[in-house]
Amino acid sequence: MKRFIIKEFLHIFRDVRTMLILFGMPLVQVLLFGFAITNEIRDARVAVVDAVPDVATKDIRNKLFASGYFTGGEILAGQHEIDERFRQGDIKMVVVFEPEFAQKLERGENPIVQLIADASDPNAANLLVNYATGIINAYNRSIGYGMQPAVIAEPRMLYNPSLKGVYMFVPGIITILLMLVSAMMTSISIAREKETGTMEVLLVSPLKPFSIILGKVTPYVVLSFINAVSILLMSYYVFGVPVKGSLLLLLAESILFILLALSLGIFISTVANNQQTAMMLSMFALMLPTILLSGFIFPIENMPEVLQWISLLMPPRWFIVIIKSIMLKGAGFAYFWQETLILLAMTGVFILASIRKFKIRLD
Amino acid sequence: MPDVSITGEGVGKSYGTTTALKGLDFSVNKGEIFGFIGPDGAGKTTLFRILTTLLLPGSGKVSVEGYDVVKDYRILRRILGYMPGKFSLYHDLSVEENLRFFAGIFGVDVHENYHLVKDIYSQIEPFAKRRAGKLSGGMKQKLALSCALIHKPVVLVLDEPTTGVDAVSRREFWEMLLRLKSGGITIVVSTPYMDEAMRCDRVALMQQGSIMTTGTPQEIIAAFPRKIYRIKGSGILDILRLTRNMKYIRSAELFGDAVHISTENTDQAPTAGEISQYLSAQGLSGHTIKEVVAGIEDCFIDRMKQQPDKHE
Repeated sequence: MKRFIIKEFLHIFRDVRTMLILFGMPLVQVLLFGFAITNEIRDARVAVVDAVPDVATKDIRNKLFASGYFTGGEILAGQHEIDERFRQGDIKMVVVFEPEFAQKLERGENPIVQLIADASDPNAANLLVNYATGIINAYNRSIGYGMQPAVIAEPRMLYNPSLKGVYMFVPGIITILLMLVSAMMTSISIAREKETGTMEVLLVSPLKPFSIILGKVTPYVVLSFINAVSILLMSYYVFGVPVKGSLLLLLAESILFILLALSLGIFISTVANNQQTAMMLSMFALMLPTILLSGFIFPIENMPEVLQWISLLMPPRWFIVIIKSIMLKGAGFAYFWQETLILLAMTGVFILASIRKFKIRLD
Repeated sequence: MPDVSITGEGVGKSYGTTTALKGLDFSVNKGEIFGFIGPDGAGKTTLFRILTTLLLPGSGKVSVEGYDVVKDYRILRRILGYMPGKFSLYHDLSVEENLRFFAGIFGVDVHENYHLVKDIYSQIEPFAKRRAGKLSGGMKQKLALSCALIHKPVVLVLDEPTTGVDAVSRREFWEMLLRLKSGGITIVVSTPYMDEAMRCDRVALMQQGSIMTTGTPQEIIAAFPRKIYRIKGSGILDILRLTRNMKYIRSAELFGDAVHISTENTDQAPTAGEISQYLSAQGLSGHTIKEVVAGIEDCFIDRMKQQPDKHE
């Protein structure tokens, strides 16, 4: 048993690719998701058409460009230039002020600010227009002119007040990586023994299936756990993502999820006879559903009903709920004991199934 | 009656529609080297996997040291030493790590059992730190044998241990097996090399999932019913073609740089002189012909011809 675990560690440490996946990937993923892939907009280049600048338009412009969302503020010669500039692609939105803006305001008329956005990237266009509308509305209220709305909606974003993307991604990345490292790596490493024929000798030894599985899994539990901790540390120190709830609880739930992923990996390896099949199966059966159906990127509520049902079967879906509750909401165990129970049940099922399916012979 | 180690009765195995083993009967005595000799596809590996409890026999019964390979696989897995066709070593582990691992999974200590493998392992010990994947074929073979022996098996099963190994290592390997045998271990070995059959105490000649004959190599050779002539000379392919056309010639086969001819068992069969004359008459001179004692390979080919051709 001890020898077996030592052997597994040696396999891992001697394979450059395994090491890269184990330790390089978390780093790259966190940095990638944290810095590059973000759905916030900062410093979008915006141009202005302001034929007759006056006090009011200057005021609005200042407010827009002081917000941090927009930069540039270049003044175009007229409407005719807008098309050309969009095609060049260097600006994302144009703010067009009506002439005689300030006078109209004073006369109590409603002057118009037109927001023209480049909707070839619809999400970005939407966000830009929303930001700008918000700022202009605030201006409206501050000067007390124009239509005073009777009901003022005052939104407040709880748990992630500044809507930082990284808050959302960190729990997702932890989930994906644990799934990937645990399930894919174990299934590949068992399949490798089959492929190289060493499984034959393992079988013709007094080792019981349980010992073989335990020996295979132990190193990955340790390494996945180290991985989870390092992602948490990195996201805390680099991106300032807090862990509001109990760290201990978070780690315990992570271990549960690691065990689940490992048992899935073993289950896959009982089906796959070579490394390639194991990898493909883990990729398609685990990775894609983890990313697409777990609610990590796409909200489950928006999915067609069939997919919503399927997502119920996805272990990551439940883990993401748990991890988000702990990290962002600071919720306690009482709030997600059901999800934990589901994960426990899934783990049990897969471990039992893989021990039963583990072949003590070759055919 | 010597003590029996392994018996097989009507051992059969099919994969889907292909029959790998067609009801084999055999028995291996304790403390002997028993060879299953046959070409690739004869069913040797399938048979060995049944012996080592890795496959269930489709029909028939096999017992090893009195234990049934189906029911008592747990016990058998403690007393068997198995070396599969592809030396199953961990290529990313060093020589000593491999040995230590295999000792570990059998729950034995390398130092306590070192004397069992000392003879063999000491030859590769200078490379103890080298990765197994970087060893030569002969060294891999020695390491795999050490790993199969470290837990003091009662029966050692070696599936084509000399395939892909150079001639010197092959000879050394057989010497090691002889030494092991003197230690009392029962050794079952398979090989496609006919010359290795002579090294075994007894052999079974296998072909297409059946055992054609069993016995000591000497018995098998003695039972060879015909005369064998060995012809050497230039134009060996012409000799082969011409002799095949002669009457009362049972077979003419290429053996390295010579042709082996076996004649039918009748009075009309040509003698060495007659064959030589015939060849000279056909314009092939400068060859030598002499009668030789049949080898295992001659016996094998002869037996193969007796079997109805079962190629589908």
